[in-house]
Amino acid sequence: MTSNSILGEKIPQVDSWLKVTGTLRYNFDISLPDMLFAKLVTSKYAHAKIKSIDFEDALKVPGVVAVATGKDFPYRLGIYVSDRDVLAIDKVRWVGHPVAAVIATDIGAAEEAVEKVVVDYEPLEPVLDIEKALENDSPLVHEHLGEYSSFPGFKPIPGTNIANEFKLIKGNVDEGLQQSSLIIEDTFKMPQISHATMEVQNTIGYWRPDGTVEVWSSVQSPYATRFLLSKSLGMPLNKIVVHAPPIGGGFGLKAGLGWEALVALLSRKAGNKPVKLTLSRAEQMIAAPSRDLFLAKVKAGFSKEGKFLAYKAEFFMDAGAYADYTVNVSRTSGYSAEGAYEIENVNVRSLAVYTNKIPTTAMRGFGHPENHWPLEQILDRAAHELKMDPVSIRRINLLKPGKSFRATGERVREDEGDPEGVLKTAAELIQIEKVEESSAPWLVRGKGLSMLVKAPSQPSNAAASAIVKLNEDGTIDVITGTGSMGQGTPTGLAMIAAKEFGVPLENVKVVQTEGVDTDRNAYTWQTVGSRGLFSDGIALLRAVDDAKDQIRTMASVVFKVPKDDLEISDGYVFSKSHPWVKKELKEFANGYTFDDGTCIGGPVIGRGSYAPVLNTFLDENGHGSNTVFHTFGATAVEAEINLITGEIKIIKAVQVFDIGKIINLMGLIAQADGGFIMGLGSALFEEIKFDDSGWVLNPNLTHYYIPRITDINFEIKEKFLETPQKDGPFGARGIGEHVMIGVAPAIANAVYNATGVKINELPMNAENIWRQITSQKPELFYKAFQNFEGSLKEVTAK
Amino acid sequence: MKEIKLKVDGVIMKVNIDDNEILLDVLRNKLGIRSVKAACWRGECGLCTVLLNGIPVKSCMMLAIEADGQEIITAQGLYSDERARKLMDSFVKHGAMQCGFCTPAFILTSHYILNKYPDADDEKINEGLKSLICRCGTYFQIKEAIKEAKKYYDHFSKS
Repeated sequence: MTSNSILGEKIPQVDSWLKVTGTLRYNFDISLPDMLFAKLVTSKYAHAKIKSIDFEDALKVPGVVAVATGKDFPYRLGIYVSDRDVLAIDKVRWVGHPVAAVIATDIGAAEEAVEKVVVDYEPLEPVLDIEKALENDSPLVHEHLGEYSSFPGFKPIPGTNIANEFKLIKGNVDEGLQQSSLIIEDTFKMPQISHATMEVQNTIGYWRPDGTVEVWSSVQSPYATRFLLSKSLGMPLNKIVVHAPPIGGGFGLKAGLGWEALVALLSRKAGNKPVKLTLSRAEQMIAAPSRDLFLAKVKAGFSKEGKFLAYKAEFFMDAGAYADYTVNVSRTSGYSAEGAYEIENVNVRSLAVYTNKIPTTAMRGFGHPENHWPLEQILDRAAHELKMDPVSIRRINLLKPGKSFRATGERVREDEGDPEGVLKTAAELIQIEKVEESSAPWLVRGKGLSMLVKAPSQPSNAAASAIVKLNEDGTIDVITGTGSMGQGTPTGLAMIAAKEFGVPLENVKVVQTEGVDTDRNAYTWQTVGSRGLFSDGIALLRAVDDAKDQIRTMASVVFKVPKDDLEISDGYVFSKSHPWVKKELKEFANGYTFDDGTCIGGPVIGRGSYAPVLNTFLDENGHGSNTVFHTFGATAVEAEINLITGEIKIIKAVQVFDIGKIINLMGLIAQADGGFIMGLGSALFEEIKFDDSGWVLNPNLTHYYIPRITDINFEIKEKFLETPQKDGPFGARGIGEHVMIGVAPAIANAVYNATGVKINELPMNAENIWRQITSQKPELFYKAFQNFEGSLKEVTAK
Repeated sequence: MKEIKLKVDGVIMKVNIDDNEILLDVLRNKLGIRSVKAACWRGECGLCTVLLNGIPVKSCMMLAIEADGQEIITAQGLYSDERARKLMDSFVKHGAMQCGFCTPAFILTSHYILNKYPDADDEKINEGLKSLICRCGTYFQIKEAIKEAKKYYDHFSKS
């Protein structure tokens, strides 16, 4: 019998038809009977004491049920550091900090009442600059930092604005720098950006009269949300249910704990009726978290031959007012600072720092878009100084699977992938050596490449589980815990189950495709870190084995053959030695019934679990073993730079990844292309802008521009290498975040290689690039302008 | 309060509205039409697009009262149109969606583009779709899906 070869094919997402007709039910679309609506009163100051809150007039608005303020809810929230309040207590920490919430029978009444809540503030000096936040006399964003609980390995420093300090030390970096014949030293920066998921965050909370809590929420990670709710509210886990319908984009925003505690408590306050909070776009952009602002001061040393001898780096993540997740962004950017390279001496200090700005959280690939931004540019600059090419300098420094050790001390596994193959493939596809002609003398073409590598950043015990049920007609139900947010994991899991049982894909239902529910699905830690298909996939394969074992046990009796002679594929169980002895799987679904009516066994229900093997905490030098897989990749671009206006136009993009094994080629390409586009937005356009008092200047999608179809006028090529990881499902590794990590550095390298202009700061919009060209290489601008004038005269003369 | 009539996906509906209510809120909250999404409420993202007498409009930018007596088609309603179903099928086959939240708006607008310009080139498609946002970045696949679906929208079957 041939085994089903569905793996590697292009398979549409299993919920596609619901999506094209707009009938997939997101949390945004859910209403409950008797449901009330909440609206937020948000702070107008970046930092201020709350003297009083007067909501008498708000309560008089018809339809208003209640108004809640911070004092009503004395709970602390957070994933790695419990630094968040439910609503501001005593003081506000950023412009947009929720101070009060109005609950009403309709949204209009709630909106009207919000305007009638009067908050009296006593302004305090705000901390708006990350470097000033670190000065000894800086005002403190959190005076009681020492009282917050934190997860092992995270170290808030009381009496400062430091939410976490992480160190990674290997060798002796000062000696390494002394031995270096080339030193590159510079400062790099990235602004705060918004996840801008199309579905805004929205949550229904229902504190039921029986004392249990139910929430329906746009969350990525229902089990983590349930755990954090339980911890924050001091309630047992089995008294909380989190429903997580499919979400309209997550990208990290919806990981951890969101608005669930607030709405659950509002429901209790409003007489135990369900309450829904739906953010407006402006609230999403100022009251909810964004990606951290990143500042890096780096010093890199190279030998004459281009060997990377020393890397000394200080990373500063501007965490904004809350760093509950960002402490792990700082840790992650620290332990993975060496990227895809083996560096002899490393000293990285990575800080998450509180300021009076929008709180920050995880965002796609967190820590890695940050630490690859300086690292991958340094390599091109060193190559230029040493008269090498960007590929050679990378090749001689790449981590070598089976030989190298990371700066954390962790072995680079033999089966970790083929970084050299990835580099070579990307260089070939972009034709990195070939100089391209531009279409006008004031335009120049350049090519740039960035390597990248990333592992899921997760606790050492981030587990997953799966249940497989065989139905009476031979169809299969798969139950796991990974949420559905467009990344395609449910489809990948369905393909795995279909292959394993040898049944058509449509015979497999992955239950969480249309939502996870913590009472009815199987546990997985979080839907984050590109870990879903890997972790849930392993658990699923174990559940399949368990189910198959149950079928073989019954079939062994029925066929009168030894169990180990039985195999399952193509929807049948059969004897390997006597293949004509076979029966359809469905005959065993609820136990096997003989012709005389007697029955053996019972319903087939397979169980599988997974937890990372030999993962540890990292010690005070950042040493330990904290990863389950690394995916290597490379992003390369060809870009055209307008020397007069500073505009960058992408001509061609290349995405190469060693993903171990292709499960769903369609989903994989969607990630590679979509991630490039999201990376392009963060590289060229995106920046949350603040004024001097901490107000956000662009809390909308007009002035915060994200890529549209008109920005996608270039060619993209994807190539996937398949060096299998022995313990991955069929050898597969994760991919969901890697796709955006290399985009910004690849574009900056293209600009550098075309013009010699160094780009230290994002975004690379026309104005910023123009400023860099005219300050670093004014002659390029003038010559281009003369050429342009010349051709203008020619045109006029004609 | 004023009573208006809307024909939504072929069904005539009466609804009481305030003068200042936007069409989006009336469709979603009063009539329970949930295939119409929303993400900005100020005309930036285009996710609340509906076809008003066959023409795409952003329902957050229109007062419900202005739509009185007119015909509205949503993505869910478009499913019964044979050509639109081919377009949807092309979106499915090309993987022209990730999270799917923007997909109804892209389907409706693409249907309009192909209906009016069956041989739409890249420029036409871009022009038609530039007021919509797909944050997952599925634009390459959307373009492919529309090009594939062109053959179902030739001049002869124009309606």
